[in-house]
Amino acid sequence: MANVLIYGEHLHGQIPKATAIAVGAGKQAAQNLGGQTLLAVLGADIGALAEKAAKLGTDKVVTVEDPALEHLMADVTAAALAEVVKAQDVGLIVFAATTAGKDIAPRLAAALDAPIASDVTAINDDGTFVRPMWAGNVFATVELQGTPKVVSVRTTAFEAAAEEGSAPIEALSVSVNKADNAAEFVSIEETKSDRPVLTEAERVVSGGRGLKNAENFTTVLEPLVDALGAAMGASRAAVDAGYVPNDLQVGQTGKVVAPNLYIAVGISGAIQHLAGMKDSKVIVAINKDAEAPIFTVADYGLVADLFEAVPELTAKVKEG
Amino acid sequence: MKILVSVKRVPDPETTIKVNPDGNGIVEAGIKWVVNPFDEIAIEEALRIKEKSGDCEVVLVTIGGSESQEQLRTGLAMGADRAVLVQAEGADPTAVAKLLAKVAEKEQPNLMLMGKQAIDDDSNEVGQMLAQLLGWPQATFISVLKMADDGASAEVTREVDGGLEVDRVKLPAVITADLRLNEPRYASLPGIMKARKKPLEEIDAASLGVDLQPRIVIKSMAPPPERKAGRIVESVDDLVNALRNEAKVL
Repeated sequence: MANVLIYGEHLHGQIPKATAIAVGAGKQAAQNLGGQTLLAVLGADIGALAEKAAKLGTDKVVTVEDPALEHLMADVTAAALAEVVKAQDVGLIVFAATTAGKDIAPRLAAALDAPIASDVTAINDDGTFVRPMWAGNVFATVELQGTPKVVSVRTTAFEAAAEEGSAPIEALSVSVNKADNAAEFVSIEETKSDRPVLTEAERVVSGGRGLKNAENFTTVLEPLVDALGAAMGASRAAVDAGYVPNDLQVGQTGKVVAPNLYIAVGISGAIQHLAGMKDSKVIVAINKDAEAPIFTVADYGLVADLFEAVPELTAKVKEG
Repeated sequence: MKILVSVKRVPDPETTIKVNPDGNGIVEAGIKWVVNPFDEIAIEEALRIKEKSGDCEVVLVTIGGSESQEQLRTGLAMGADRAVLVQAEGADPTAVAKLLAKVAEKEQPNLMLMGKQAIDDDSNEVGQMLAQLLGWPQATFISVLKMADDGASAEVTREVDGGLEVDRVKLPAVITADLRLNEPRYASLPGIMKARKKPLEEIDAASLGVDLQPRIVIKSMAPPPERKAGRIVESVDDLVNALRNEAKVL
């Protein structure tokens, strides 16, 4: 019997879907471990956040409030979490495999001398985990030796926990030590968008180098994105070329998405891009090169000039 | 100044990796082995700092079998000064981090650089674990690195889910490189010739006193779920019709 601790990622006073997904994964694991689910919320000003966290359906919410945790830098956050883990009889710590989760989880694992599996896509009843390797060309079943164990979960592989009830909130008095050489936050430049979050959207339209420049993303691709109420993504090539910002990148080392509908426009389909989207339910490819590898994963492939096909598709989608 | 760069020998990223029929490994026949692309970026960044500074040693380290010498020579050919090979077969990320910590303790670098992840296991763990073991700050997934004039700290831009975060870390620190940090140089022919004479030291992992017992054990491997074959549509009308009536996603 051991508890499952879930890291409650949050930003700008909101709890993202990624955290609800980590809770979903944690609850599944708790069924095997026999203990309780604890959602850990750390930060500088927690009050309202804790109330939101309490609705995610865990048995308890535990909080650590300290000015040093304002930007949740990995070093100070991992150290604080290690103290929480030691005090709470924890057998498994679950993070969402977001950039925040990936930044903190391994540091926590080292602090606890705990084994870690990152980007897990399944939690098996026998205690083993499944994770992708070689850009998703291999799925390995792995065993972690020792306890507690740390995992980060791929958010497209688990269901978000349903909101239910209101868990008790316990404020922990944990010593938060900010070392002299702790990393300092300076600033963040975030893309503001009214569109759905890329990793959560039901529909994604991604653009590649075939769009040729940033302006075409705006004039050709975005109308289709918005006609579909979709999120916009991009290939590495398009980001490298400066057509769109980095947070749109879909791929092995960017974001992994698995929407109901994924439309790849002017994307050749490199192995690394496929790794980020081939679990999508329906894949459409529009590319003028019939040999483009993207067609090997597409359910529907249209070999055509995107500058003609996309405006036509946009118009027909709007017609309903 | 000394920069320690950790590199890994991995299959060429263009290789289509296939699982062995018995499910306990990948098919290695025909694989071309290279320096992990993200580590190459780390080497390049170290060399640029060295070129700007005028008094900087770039040391490469790899954990692996003796065939990894190849990848160290590639880095030396790019311009690194010397290399260390820690002989250890099948070290998992935890063991790699512990071994690198021992090498760092011995070498006392101002900065440790490495790729954010290796493209074979895609773990994205070693840099973070290493930083914790050393008690150093970490800056992960960086796309810009600016060393302070006094060499005592670095300002980094990190590619995070929401956009670009700027942080500052005091040195020594562990920094992991993301794709857009730089474009690595090719080794020149003179560089390749010089590399042969540069020092390459081999250390037995056992001599570093690290517990190499794997913490993550692969029980089996499987290929990804197969997708049903798709079809080519002839027109936008065709496509819309298929999405609406067949796939029912519109």
